[in-house]
Amino acid sequence: MSIVFYVIAGLSVAGALAAVLLKNTVHCALALTLAFAGLALLFLELDAQFAGFAQILVYIGAVAILVVFAILLTRGSETPQDTVLSRNPLVGLVTAAAIFAVLGWAVLHSSLSLPQESAKPQVTVMDIGNALMGRYVLPLEIVALLLTAALIGAVIVAMHEKEAAK
Amino acid sequence: MIEKADQIFVLLSHWLVSFLPSALQPAAAVLLSVVAIIVTFPALFAISVLLERKGLGRMQNRYGPNRVGPYGIFQPVADGVKALIKEDIVPFRADAVVHFLAPVFLVVVVFMGYAVLPMGRNMTLVNMDAGLLFFFAIGASTELSVFMAGWSSRNKYSLLGAMRAVAQMISYEVPLLMSSVAVVMITGSLSLGKIVDAQNQYTYGFPHWYVFTPWGFAGFVLFAIAATAETNRSPFDLPEGESELVAGYFTEYSGFKFALFFLGEYVGMMGISGLAATLFLGGWSAPFSWLGWVPSWFWFFAKVMLAMCIFIWVRGTLPRLRQDQLMNFAWKFVLPLTLLNLIVAGLWRFMGEGWLRWLVCSAILLLAYTLMGRGGMRGDHIGPRSYRYAE
Repeated sequence: MSIVFYVIAGLSVAGALAAVLLKNTVHCALALTLAFAGLALLFLELDAQFAGFAQILVYIGAVAILVVFAILLTRGSETPQDTVLSRNPLVGLVTAAAIFAVLGWAVLHSSLSLPQESAKPQVTVMDIGNALMGRYVLPLEIVALLLTAALIGAVIVAMHEKEAAK
Repeated sequence: MIEKADQIFVLLSHWLVSFLPSALQPAAAVLLSVVAIIVTFPALFAISVLLERKGLGRMQNRYGPNRVGPYGIFQPVADGVKALIKEDIVPFRADAVVHFLAPVFLVVVVFMGYAVLPMGRNMTLVNMDAGLLFFFAIGASTELSVFMAGWSSRNKYSLLGAMRAVAQMISYEVPLLMSSVAVVMITGSLSLGKIVDAQNQYTYGFPHWYVFTPWGFAGFVLFAIAATAETNRSPFDLPEGESELVAGYFTEYSGFKFALFFLGEYVGMMGISGLAATLFLGGWSAPFSWLGWVPSWFWFFAKVMLAMCIFIWVRGTLPRLRQDQLMNFAWKFVLPLTLLNLIVAGLWRFMGEGWLRWLVCSAILLLAYTLMGRGGMRGDHIGPRSYRYAE
């Protein structure tokens, strides 16, 4: 646990908290981007170059942009007048606590189920590519098929609306 | 002697660093390289702005800047001083923090891309295993800065410009990535250093640059189109479209913040030119084997500046596209061709040496280009332009 870790972790947590607590929705989206960037830096800190860069490329380059696009196109960018808290925050708090508990339990027990690695594994991008094209080729293809189906579905939804408007 | 000239910057850096205690040396070497990058590229930016203003002037039958210094060569200095002493105006309703962060973020991100570019033999700041991925990841973050600038200004022209810019950059990022994937497939590595090494070979004095293969040529052209759109350059400069949107997403910026946007745009262009040179034009390798005595860094910078000249030339030649033409072009023409180019690159890899693969690969690409071009144009009646409101 180096000082770099604490700085990055603090940055990600601050970004995530700001994303929840800020009033302006676009500010929230930008704060969320900060949290994404913090996660990417954590991957890089762990020497996982591919995961880190993919995180930046996908989450900052595409997901964050999509989020701000959605906010602007749906007129949700108006700032709420009074408070960001919902009327019954108790339900949300319980749900969040439950999810946190499950995730925390899973993380704390994961080290037992994994094989003990004495040295830090050296994973190059080439290894990841070989694994994706060899051992994990079926999951990869299934994900690809799912994404293609989603893409075509999205296009069909968009087309239908346009025809109805005529 | 030739060796010395080739490695002059590396040796200089070693010599300068050797004055420091050994504990500080690695950090100092990195700092020195970073400073070198931050000094070199703005200097090239000044040169290319002057070149652009003079060149566009010539193309449009006027003089261009010719008052400051002999032939106006000190115009960039005057521009810089002007930008520094101008009043910095932030609109009353603007979101001050985001408005301030946007240009800073853009410049930081744009300079980070240079960390992985091999600018000469042994002249890479960080020789990363996933260098290409790093460059694209960093390049994708510039969209966010454009959005921040447009949204925080609280100006409808800014916001429209930002929306256009983001839509355009997302659309053209896909072909940009896909066209460079072909290079990765053939080289078998994401490391930019290895990609240059793979091209740095000669047969009969001619280099093995990827642009001299059918898939490489198609990939290079597609990459150049996508790169022009990514950097918001004419004919894809709709986000700024001064005849429609004042100045697009940086309408509300003045003084040095505007200069930062300007700097970011040009430094980004040079970065992506450097990447194109690395991927398709052999990076720092010489164009003929008998020119091997010229220092390697010279070739890299020569290729980058040549690409800048082509950017200027294209800007002086082509009119701006319309938004629907832009999108149709990206999704219906460029993207299918890049996907096909991936298949052709695979064919090239597995057909073995010989003239057959040249024939087959060229034929597939030419046929697809012709058919898709014809298919896309069918139904479009191109006649004299009709004006709806101006007549």
